Amino acid sequence: MPPLDQRADSDGRFGLDRRIRLKAPLPLDCGATLAAPEIAYETYGALSPAGDNAVLVCHALTGDQHVTGVHPRSGKPGWWSRLVGPGLPIDPARHLIICANVLGGCMGTSGPAHIDPATGQPYAMAFPVITIRDMVRAQARLLDHLGVERVLAVVGGSMGGMQALDWAVAYPDRVRAVVAVATAARHSAQNIAYHEVGRQAIMADPDWAGGAYYGGRAPLAGLAVARMAAHITYLSEAGLTAKFGRRLQGRDALSFGFDADFQVESYLRHQGLRFVERFDPNSYLYITRATDYFDLAEPHSGRLAAAFAGTRTRFAVISFDSDWLYPTAEARRIVRALNAANAAVSFVELSSPHGHDAFLLESPEMNRVVDGFLRVGTA
Amino acid sequence: MSLRPDLAVIAGLIAPDTRVLDVGCGDGALLAALRADKRVDGRGIELSAANVAAAVARGLSVVQGDAGADLADYPADAFDVAILSNTLQAMAAPAAVLAELLRIARAAVVSFPNFGHWRVRVTLGLGGRMPVTRTLPVGWYETPNIHLCTIADFRALAATLGMRVDAAVYLTGDRPVGATAANLLAEQAVFVLRRG
Repeated sequence: MPPLDQRADSDGRFGLDRRIRLKAPLPLDCGATLAAPEIAYETYGALSPAGDNAVLVCHALTGDQHVTGVHPRSGKPGWWSRLVGPGLPIDPARHLIICANVLGGCMGTSGPAHIDPATGQPYAMAFPVITIRDMVRAQARLLDHLGVERVLAVVGGSMGGMQALDWAVAYPDRVRAVVAVATAARHSAQNIAYHEVGRQAIMADPDWAGGAYYGGRAPLAGLAVARMAAHITYLSEAGLTAKFGRRLQGRDALSFGFDADFQVESYLRHQGLRFVERFDPNSYLYITRATDYFDLAEPHSGRLAAAFAGTRTRFAVISFDSDWLYPTAEARRIVRALNAANAAVSFVELSSPHGHDAFLLESPEMNRVVDGFLRVGTA
Repeated sequence: MSLRPDLAVIAGLIAPDTRVLDVGCGDGALLAALRADKRVDGRGIELSAANVAAAVARGLSVVQGDAGADLADYPADAFDVAILSNTLQAMAAPAAVLAELLRIARAAVVSFPNFGHWRVRVTLGLGGRMPVTRTLPVGWYETPNIHLCTIADFRALAATLGMRVDAAVYLTGDRPVGATAANLLAEQAVFVLRRG
């Protein structure tokens, strides 16, 4: 067996910025199938000879496969480079780290901007409505392609945490452990409501054109508003107050107009404008829909414990006290169900002023918990 | 690894290869010892986030929660043994917690400070002051202990609840005390309870 790094180099399946086109059609929850979907992904590190060190990292709503290292488009660090990277709890020196752009996304995996082989035109709204389970199915196909039968862990935050939980339900024998951070086992009415505001902002933009805007002007104003509304849900009230308060932006007095008088307005507009440079509005519709449809208990008449019945997967559930998007109460609901299913579960609520975004920020406590949790049985 | 004296006694009472729930497990010291020495499949509940983080970082399955509320989440007979060490006296509803322990586990190991110890009696009976002792180190206005009891009280409660006392160990410091005058001489007690 050659050294691990050479195996990675010589095997085109592994490395940065990879793509595959699945050979078999992918059946979807909605009843449709995708004939030959593409998956864009990255891997870091190498599979151990025993094949037991793979960690699948799942990204959030607007994340991508560039989990760590330098992002090829933005030049900034990958979205979870505080948890994933050399010397960190998820470490390419010890793990084969896999992260794929989700189905419906816009970073290389098949989504509404891709060409529909049936028409030769972009799918747009002809792309089938997808679910979290569909994303997980696509990831499972990717693992098949990589020769990874069973993963050490599936790890994700926010929508990535939903995928991680769903992995344990859909493929219990392929997942030894799940780390689910700042997430929920279902979307609440409030979660759905905020997403609906975002979708309506996009669809109310005249440039949306029923989704058929490819080749023309995209509904970027609508997407920016969607992002602004969503961004508020990622922060805490206390965090916003501490960061901006009622401070004015570049002026000494109110303008008595509708410029961005306040710093918080300017900040949100900036967030919206930056976001539209990198995201497809239709992907935003599809992916938010997928999270709204997510409810692990739904097939079990609302009994979440039944979804995890008989599981042998270990779980670590982490919430943040200032996260009101996926609050601790939702994490506790997951933990209660796992206890009722006799699962090996760890749970901790960590303290942070940063709201939902805390899971992406520096959190030594989170790193400590994830590190200890993942090292079990691997020492 | 050196365990607190009551924890060392508890560890000695746990059979190998059992499923154990440690309620109020702290940083997981007992669970870690049980896992290492007895291959126990252990779980824990702990109130403090810092303790939970420490326990999970040791590779233990521990959930942040409150024994008073969260024991209800566990199914009946989920464990062989449930441990409640030095915590019963701080519970809002000790009788209900004991009943829950013996619902989710076939046996409960419970340790508590003995309020019948002679030093406590002297301080209160002769001195007229609430005791501050080695096992009750915090003054009355700051102590979390709201339901203190003597060894005799505990036996009476177990009888009232229809629970069987399978074993009892009495301690002063880390030294065992005979059963005869335990209610007077023991600072701490460790009871093994089973369903009656």
